[in-house]
Amino acid sequence: MSQAKRKIYIGQVIAEGLIRASGFSAIAFVLLIFAFLAREGVPAFWEVRPDVLLGARWYPTEGHFGLWPLILGSILVTLGAAVLAMPTGLLTAVFIAEVAPRWLREIVKPMIEVVAGIPSVVLGFLGMLMLSPLVRQVFNAPTGLTAFTGSLVLAYMALPTIISVAEDALDSVPRSYRDAALALGATKWQTIWRVTVPAARSGILTAMMLGIGRAIGETMAVMMVTGNAARIPLTLDSLMRPVRTMTATVAAEMGEVAQGSTHFHVLFAVGIVLFVITLLVNVLASLAIFRQTRRSERLLS
Amino acid sequence: MPATLRLTVLAAIAALLLSACAAPSPSAKLSAAVYSIQNVGSDTMVNLALAWAEAYQGEHSDVRIAVTGGGSGTGIASLINGTVDLANASRQIKKEEIDRAQANHITPGEHTVARDAIAVIVHPSNPVERLTLQQISDIYTGKITNWKQVGGEDRPIVLLSRESNSGTHVFFLEQVIRLGDSKSKALFSPETLLLPSSEGITAEARQNPNAIGYDGLGYVTPEVKVLAVARKAEGPFVMPGIESVNESTYPIARDLYMYTVGQPAGPLEQYLSWILSPAGQQIVGKLGFVPLAIRP
Repeated sequence: MSQAKRKIYIGQVIAEGLIRASGFSAIAFVLLIFAFLAREGVPAFWEVRPDVLLGARWYPTEGHFGLWPLILGSILVTLGAAVLAMPTGLLTAVFIAEVAPRWLREIVKPMIEVVAGIPSVVLGFLGMLMLSPLVRQVFNAPTGLTAFTGSLVLAYMALPTIISVAEDALDSVPRSYRDAALALGATKWQTIWRVTVPAARSGILTAMMLGIGRAIGETMAVMMVTGNAARIPLTLDSLMRPVRTMTATVAAEMGEVAQGSTHFHVLFAVGIVLFVITLLVNVLASLAIFRQTRRSERLLS
Repeated sequence: MPATLRLTVLAAIAALLLSACAAPSPSAKLSAAVYSIQNVGSDTMVNLALAWAEAYQGEHSDVRIAVTGGGSGTGIASLINGTVDLANASRQIKKEEIDRAQANHITPGEHTVARDAIAVIVHPSNPVERLTLQQISDIYTGKITNWKQVGGEDRPIVLLSRESNSGTHVFFLEQVIRLGDSKSKALFSPETLLLPSSEGITAEARQNPNAIGYDGLGYVTPEVKVLAVARKAEGPFVMPGIESVNESTYPIARDLYMYTVGQPAGPLEQYLSWILSPAGQQIVGKLGFVPLAIRP
């Protein structure tokens, strides 16, 4: 092999090696994180009796390690955020992709990116100072630091993600679909809702899942606006009462625990639960998209 | 040549970045004569500790003091883990923490550096002016849920508190909710809002007429209303202040502590003596806490 060719060959090998290492390292990091979580969190399951872990009281400094208030709190706030953000996000994406004139589109798209860049602490602070008094006055709740306020802030944070990804999905629907629908006599609205949006279904679903993933994992904003009261939010008025999420619990309490104590292990167990929930959401999303792709492949072949 | 040059540069950058991974040791002798003191712990004391550190460093340029908050529990845990020299705590160290320290071959040294009162605060429009300790305890355990049960308007009571890693929280639990009874198992009601900082409590108390909260005297702002507290229903209702704390007439008062690893020596010992001197205690009064020196 000539000198030049050998140089190119070695360069290629090194580049391929680095790329391969990066790819595998992504998997490796996830596995390592899970291994670390498991190593520190699994002891909680034998240090604490199961009936205590499934109890209704979370007061770790006195030995009450009931996880239910935290799990239900996270679920309530995330569901609220999903209900608020999904329709709004989808409609905004449709507006940007299909309805808005070009000049408006050029303004709105960057603005949404700006909203995505606002740090969550700032949103939490604004929520605590401005939004919670408003919620208290409008809904006549005892306090404005409620699950609903948390859902509002989370929805606001998830919106840019949902809008961007959904808008990209709508954009990537081939022009031929719209042209065909219009040629068959459909109105613009019929085209949008019966042709374009269903065609972009998998992308829109991805957008929703990413938004939910962002909402479940959010820590600082919910810590500042939900009140962090570890109550079980199963009654009808729980939306207007404070809740305590898993993320806020870990953030607030991790600093004080001595390494290796039961409280330390239980906090990691909370981390495991959070990890599993996020994993489930992502797996469900991937399955839905996979099935969608298979179906469209069958239809188009 | 460009390939090897690139690799060398990459290797140099990696070496530089990795060298930052070494953990700094506390109380390190940084250079010829500069000592560094790591001071971590109580959020109640963090402003006080900062004021002390700034004043002391102004006079002694050979000492550098780094102050952070995080809560009394965090400070003591860090002392046990061996990562700080000086832990601030607004509560006494617990027996389990002493045991854990001994297991790490550390004997914590306790130093009382100031006194503090915990003020019970409500919204300025709240007509209630005074409460007994028993009433406050019943409110915070959830037995009393409406302001009209203690002479106020017909409003639900919203409970504000600090997080459980706060010394203020633990002190309030032991002295007010459990009324000083060490065998009591009473807890904060699950409806209690655990807010991440004093600012959170003040922000809610100043705009929510339903709220009741508590915090160290140094953190009470004029935007909230302070209640007078009595030990007994007939007893004198006292407002918190320097005199009432020093005369022990205000029922919710506590000592503020600094913990060291064993007995302090060298620059750390000098810093602590300075804190206990009139110069240090004068700063205590300025920040709204109660200086030790005037104590009879």
